[in-house]
Amino acid sequence: MWLLNSSIGRKLIMSLSGIFLILFLLFHASMNVVAVISEEAYNLICSFLGANWYAVAGTLVLAAGFLIHIACSIWLTLQNRKARGGDRYAVNVRPKNVEWASQNMFVLGLIVVGLLVLHLTHFWYKMMFAELMGHHEVALGGAIVSPQDGAAFIRYYFANVWIVALYLVWYAALWFHLTHGFWSAIQTIGWSNGIWLKRWQTISNILATLLCLAFAFVTVFFYIKSIL
Amino acid sequence: MTQINSKIPGGPLAEKWKNYKDHQKLVNPANKRRLDIIVVGTGLAGASAAASLAEMGFNVLNFCIQDSPRRAHSIAAQGGINAAKNYQNDGDSIYRLFYDTIKGGDYRAREANVYRLAEVSNSIIDQCVAQGVPFAREYGGLLDNRSFGGAQVSRTFYARGQTGQQLLLGAYSALSRQIGLGKVKLYKRHEMVDVVKIDGRARGIIARNLTTGRLERFAAHAVVVATGGYVNTFFLSTNAMASNGSAAWQCYKKGAYFANPCYVQIHPTCIPVHGEFQSKLTLMSESLRNDGRIWVPKKKEDAEAIRAGKLKPTQIKEEDRDYYLERRYPAFGNLVPRDVASRAAKERCDAGYGVGSTGLAVYLDFADAIHRLGKTVVEQRYGNLFQMYEKIVDDNPYETPMMIFPALHYAMGGLWVDYELMTSVPGLFAIGEANFSDHGANRLGASALMQGLADGYFVLPYTIQNYLADQIQVPRFSTNLPEFAEAEKEIQERIHRLMNIRGQRSVDSLHKELGHIMWEHIGMGRNAAGLKEAIQLLKALKKEFWSNLRIPGRADDLNIELEKALRLADFIEIGELMAHDSLDRAESCGGHFREEYQTPEGEALRQDDTLSYVSCWEYRGEGKDPLMLKEPLDYEFVVRQQRNYKN
Amino acid sequence: MDQNINITLKVWRQRGPKEKGAFETYKLNNVSQGSSFLEMLDVLNEQLVNQGKEPVAFDHDCREGICGMCSLYINGHPHGPDSAVTTCQLHMRKFEDGATITVEPWRSAGFPVIRDLMVDRYAYDKIIQAGGFVSINTGGVPDANAIPISKKDADLAMDAAACIGCGACAAACKNGSAMLFVSAKVSQLALLPQGKIEAARRAKAMIAKMDELGFGNCTNTRACEAECPKEISISNIARLNREYISAKLSD
Repeated sequence: MWLLNSSIGRKLIMSLSGIFLILFLLFHASMNVVAVISEEAYNLICSFLGANWYAVAGTLVLAAGFLIHIACSIWLTLQNRKARGGDRYAVNVRPKNVEWASQNMFVLGLIVVGLLVLHLTHFWYKMMFAELMGHHEVALGGAIVSPQDGAAFIRYYFANVWIVALYLVWYAALWFHLTHGFWSAIQTIGWSNGIWLKRWQTISNILATLLCLAFAFVTVFFYIKSIL
Repeated sequence: MTQINSKIPGGPLAEKWKNYKDHQKLVNPANKRRLDIIVVGTGLAGASAAASLAEMGFNVLNFCIQDSPRRAHSIAAQGGINAAKNYQNDGDSIYRLFYDTIKGGDYRAREANVYRLAEVSNSIIDQCVAQGVPFAREYGGLLDNRSFGGAQVSRTFYARGQTGQQLLLGAYSALSRQIGLGKVKLYKRHEMVDVVKIDGRARGIIARNLTTGRLERFAAHAVVVATGGYVNTFFLSTNAMASNGSAAWQCYKKGAYFANPCYVQIHPTCIPVHGEFQSKLTLMSESLRNDGRIWVPKKKEDAEAIRAGKLKPTQIKEEDRDYYLERRYPAFGNLVPRDVASRAAKERCDAGYGVGSTGLAVYLDFADAIHRLGKTVVEQRYGNLFQMYEKIVDDNPYETPMMIFPALHYAMGGLWVDYELMTSVPGLFAIGEANFSDHGANRLGASALMQGLADGYFVLPYTIQNYLADQIQVPRFSTNLPEFAEAEKEIQERIHRLMNIRGQRSVDSLHKELGHIMWEHIGMGRNAAGLKEAIQLLKALKKEFWSNLRIPGRADDLNIELEKALRLADFIEIGELMAHDSLDRAESCGGHFREEYQTPEGEALRQDDTLSYVSCWEYRGEGKDPLMLKEPLDYEFVVRQQRNYKN
Repeated sequence: MDQNINITLKVWRQRGPKEKGAFETYKLNNVSQGSSFLEMLDVLNEQLVNQGKEPVAFDHDCREGICGMCSLYINGHPHGPDSAVTTCQLHMRKFEDGATITVEPWRSAGFPVIRDLMVDRYAYDKIIQAGGFVSINTGGVPDANAIPISKKDADLAMDAAACIGCGACAAACKNGSAMLFVSAKVSQLALLPQGKIEAARRAKAMIAKMDELGFGNCTNTRACEAECPKEISISNIARLNREYISAKLSD
């Protein structure tokens, strides 16, 4: 199977899974912004995404996307380290025009995944997972809430300044990851040339910025709301 | 006395090559598989020959001294390749290309060879385009041409300033395909150190594996030498660092005649020498003379002020500039042949009008071209050359004129070959710059690429069959034969001798000394007294080399000093032969200028009555003077004249 | 204006591919800034030979930036700190008096060290041998002007064909990827009608060979393009990806 056996095939897997995850992020960011506008509407979405078969199926597909993206990145990174050879350079300089993010995608990815685990324990574990386990109520701080009351979770976690700070670090890592990731994915598919390369890079920057601003906006909005 | 037989086919000039091909012997496909051919070198000639021979079915053993066949110095050719396509509808024809080449060579080349060269030139362009060589094109999609020295038509095909690179990569790709198919076995980082003869025929070579230092033996039915020229004898030249004359020189010592060693080309447009550490000279393509104008100050005091750094060239008024090529040669102007342009530059500098800190430079000015065409067009045409100049000299040629000076560039002389490109040793062939054949006493620009590829793609693959047709019954030779052992032992002893001199001087210091002797006495202007002195100086240098050389490290190991020493030992001897040949050739022609023989205006004066021959030098053993045999040059079709580029 | 400078060189010395290497430090005085980097190394070697020591082995040949034989990783850059030049075209005026210059060989699993700063780049030739050609024999080809080629395509092909095969791309790449090199050849031939016919076969064969030889996977960092002495663009890599993926999809 050339997708697995060739370098470009493996890169294509990274590229397509990456673009899929970006689409998910776009959805997630839009959904978050809804919480600012109307908490009821937000909760409606949360209940819609509860323990329904379609939501569970979607989650499984999403998880597969993550796992493929992560597994493939580990595989590629190991191969790349091997290709670099035994002796390392004594002097390393990042050339002009080379983005810092592009050379640190794996590390950025690790940060994103690490904080993703935290995020899942905050939300998904107590929401969809709890429902699947048959719980209709979960403990959140001192209170007992419905696993479908997403707005309650947001209010609770984003009132904590440390959690907010961690989430902001997460978004920053994600921003770096996406500024390179998006145009790189397009380049790997081959939809680029001398003119479009610059355009895709600009689009990458805009996309990453919009996404991360949306996430950060919701996070900070609820924090400020909590201290007012 | 031995008669030289150049095996020129009969018939009218335009039909000789056709006649030859119609009647030559061929080898059938089944027999080709049983024949092995060694090709030494992977430049334009070597790579194209190795690829073509393998495509035909021969087994080819191919050698290069670099880490890859793509590094051969053909890659550095910049300007272009000639062909008589007449795509520009400007009156070009095979005959005209032939005539320009004969005339450019100052009537010292064989008519039949040159005509054949002009004839196959068109096939070369077709071949290269089919290989995917990205030649420059017009907006209509057809091929573009530029003009070059010595011609009044535009017949030069080019790929930016990297024509040699693109042509070589084309030949390299064809060669790579054959290596991939297993028809060519490539030996990289291998240097040929001797040719092995069995019963008078060339049957193999000894090569030194440069990575391990070991000597290795290779046998074949024929040996083709495509190892380039010997102008690194001068130490400073436009050749690559590893370019050397040793392979050809070993052939000479095994009985192949060395022809016209005195004919070397001094290229007029090189970046001047900057200091004593200089390791090589960089060429600025002749194509620059299409649009650049060459000048020096008209007044000596201006030249002096420039040398002292008190005056800038841009401050010299138009009327105080001497565009000496346009003045002396109105018809060809800045596009006179290389030898003429070089000598004219030397004449001005010798007369005290030279510029640069050393006074050994003239200006090549693009101000007019930029004014006429705009900077963008000039940049499109020469951008990479201007950038290269700026990186080396730290001067912007768009703003101040370039400085140039002549430098050693190409060897017209080389191993003598007959019409079939075979040397005087049966089974030993020489192609490309390594042979002497087609350029006479001076090579025109964009003709070296043409000749290398003509030999490799379209001439040798035919002519070698005429020889090999008799060899199909000959079984493969074992490299354990005494002839191989003996050749290897000789080299082993030579290396042992070199390693055990344990003197005080590095190879480079001796090579630089050789270069000085060559440049002073056997350079652009030669005379009898100077040449005799050079012979004495070279004898002394040879003694110094063999008694005071120091080579660190071991012989049976990677040893760059030993590699250089082996080459230098031969360069010194090549220098000696050049001196003898220059002394013998009491005339001025092309790249060989004897000061005693010039017209009142300082133009070269040939002696057609007495010296219209190829000097073929035969080796007669260590310490003995070589014997000179003459191949008469009979001009049946062209009337020889004094070259005239004035009107 | 060029002056003479004093420099300290830290040069990687290694006897062979299997042996351990280490830096050695040398001092050089009165180096002309007008000389090239390799001429400076010539002076060092002359000094070493005069001391009866073995000179530093490094690859070089044409010394005018076209043969691709010179390499060297100088102060963290393949071909040194100047842009769009090879090491042989790098001049000492790029360094200041008193500078310490670190010189390393190309380090990539695809390019094992032979001696000191000399590496084996034959892997690149093997990739070309796998498909970097047009499968035609000598002779029997159509007239050169039989197929017009748009100037734009011819120019793009020439941009890609300017590659000198020096290996700086893989040396610069943190992944040791040879994609820029491979893409330059694939692009050159895919852009021209003569090469188009076997473009799919070529892209597949060259990538398979590149992978087999242990080069890394391209992650589009663009370090190759930034360090390439001939400024080959990564748009060629996009074209290679396109060629390869469509070739595989149409299998």
